[in-house]
Amino acid sequence: MFKTTSDVNVLKEVARKVRIDLLKALHRAKSGHTGGSLSSVEIIVSIYFSEMRHDPGNPRWEDRDRFILSKGHGVPALYSTLAHAGYFDASELMTLRQLDSRLQGHPEYDLDIGIEASTGSLGHGLSTANGMALAFKLDGRDNRIYVLLSDGELQEGATWEAITSSSYRKLDNLCAFVDRNRFQNDGAMADIKDIEPVDEKWRAFGWEVENLPDGHDIPAILKTFEKAKTVKGKPFVVIANTVKGKGVSIFENQGKYHGVAPSDEELEIALKELGEAA
Amino acid sequence: MSATGLSDFVLEEPGESTYIREVYGKTLVELGREGRDIVVLDADLTVSTKTSYFGKEFPERFFTMGVSEQDMMATAAGFALSGKVPFASTFAVFATGRAWEHVRQSIAFPGLNVKIVATHAGVTVGEDGATHQALEDVALMRVLPNMKVIVPADAVETEQVIRAIVRDKGPVYVRLARVKFPTIFNESYHFDIGKARILRGGTDVTIFAIGIMVSEALEAARILVKGGVSACVVNVSSVKPIDVETIVKTASVTGAVVTAEDHSIIGGLGGAVSEVLGEYCPTPIKRIGMRDRFGTSGNGMKLLEHFGLKARNIADAARGLLDINRRSESVGL
Ligand SMILES: Cc1ncc(C[n+]2csc(CCOP(=O)(O)OP(=O)(O)O)c2C)c(N)n1
Repeated sequence: MFKTTSDVNVLKEVARKVRIDLLKALHRAKSGHTGGSLSSVEIIVSIYFSEMRHDPGNPRWEDRDRFILSKGHGVPALYSTLAHAGYFDASELMTLRQLDSRLQGHPEYDLDIGIEASTGSLGHGLSTANGMALAFKLDGRDNRIYVLLSDGELQEGATWEAITSSSYRKLDNLCAFVDRNRFQNDGAMADIKDIEPVDEKWRAFGWEVENLPDGHDIPAILKTFEKAKTVKGKPFVVIANTVKGKGVSIFENQGKYHGVAPSDEELEIALKELGEAA
Repeated sequence: MSATGLSDFVLEEPGESTYIREVYGKTLVELGREGRDIVVLDADLTVSTKTSYFGKEFPERFFTMGVSEQDMMATAAGFALSGKVPFASTFAVFATGRAWEHVRQSIAFPGLNVKIVATHAGVTVGEDGATHQALEDVALMRVLPNMKVIVPADAVETEQVIRAIVRDKGPVYVRLARVKFPTIFNESYHFDIGKARILRGGTDVTIFAIGIMVSEALEAARILVKGGVSACVVNVSSVKPIDVETIVKTASVTGAVVTAEDHSIIGGLGGAVSEVLGEYCPTPIKRIGMRDRFGTSGNGMKLLEHFGLKARNIADAARGLLDINRRSESVGL
């Protein structure tokens, strides 16, 4: 079983390394989603390193909790986290998006590397999480399910069908995070199709809603895990306000780095800012 | 027809490679300038589909629907019911897959004048991988009554297709791709809905192709002629309505047929041509395309190699068919 930690310094260091390696992988791949990978790092790292019950040496373990990356395009952050957790060697990250790699451009169901569901088409992940949550309840098991959605994904009708199902079915074994970075593919969400008020919508749909002012604040993320477990009879969602491109000044809040990999120069700048000599 | 057997409107050598989605975007702008009553809807992929060009020049006629493909299709139906000519664009996998039932009920069934132009079809999508590589979009649209299905082969044809579908009334699906396509046609090429075009005459085998595979088919014909095999190449850009007459005529002359598409061989061009020939002119056939499997991540053009979708594979399939034909002739003796 993976030995989790609540040592904030350890978690911060893991997050730094996860950022560095996902950027190197994207740079090597020459394509992929930079901004939305960087905005998810602290959330994914905290889930895997501090909260979830899992075992990288036994990825089929029946008692493991589940993580579903509903915003599948952010998968470089997940691959990098899985590698650092020990699911596979970090060197494999450099095969990202290449022919015959297990690290597909969007996640492909593959328990060997810790990928629990195929995602990439937005608006599927929460429904899949609901199915898992219902199955565990049916079997009287205490496994928990964590799912990460994007804010752009909240424009999909299917997401709201799933949100309704989770609360109707009282899925308190489910904890959702929304990576609220306020950008989508074509720019700022407010300019494309605004989805405000996000918190009130989830609340109106029957969820317990926690607003996290800074989705990169690890101690605050850890507190939401504790709160989630105290809520009974309804599902729990954390609206995590994040920064698209977080951690690298030239990518932060820059819409155009949604689906573009770092160039040579950009990688160099990024590594320097992240305290890694190039 | 030229000395090399090519039709007058086909370039002797493949010309400059271009993004046909870029041609789509620019043609939309021209149509807007010409005063056509079009509106354009897109589902958060405007930069990739190139509808962003139209959006810049005609912001009041441009509707960013967000990541809401089903909403976009039924909204386009509403525009059509109110006299507008709506274009709806996103990636092929979402336009035809995610929104299929909205397209069926709200657009195809009432026969509304909605122009669905999708980009990023086929394995040539590349690195994004299987979730984003539409290999079944032609099948999904072809099966819908009233729906027309067009797959342009190069930049010249793309512009003509976009103009033709505005003149034509009714629902249509146009399939575009991510990668650059070599230019095949000169300016004298003419696209007509419902017409297949013979690009090269031949006597031994007919190759029917769509999209990027048309240039591969022409290359296959060049390979085959070196081995003394004369291949006829036909561009079937109008997959539906399909040109039964040209297909039957060319297949009956050569007596052997290869189809080529960056799509599943089930339900796509291979399926469509098999249906026509099975009914009107049974002919030995080989289908080059994705063989009932999903795609994968990798360089888009390299994936064509990986999955056996290159000129060489078409030529091999053609030779294989001719061997079979010869064997059955000798048994006949
Ligand atoms: C159903 C569907 N439609 C379209 C896309 C293409 N796409 C990939 S990411 C994206 C939007 C990105 O914005 P958001 O979801 O908020 O992600 P983030 O900002 O967190 O990267 C789109 C439209 C998709 N993956 N799935």
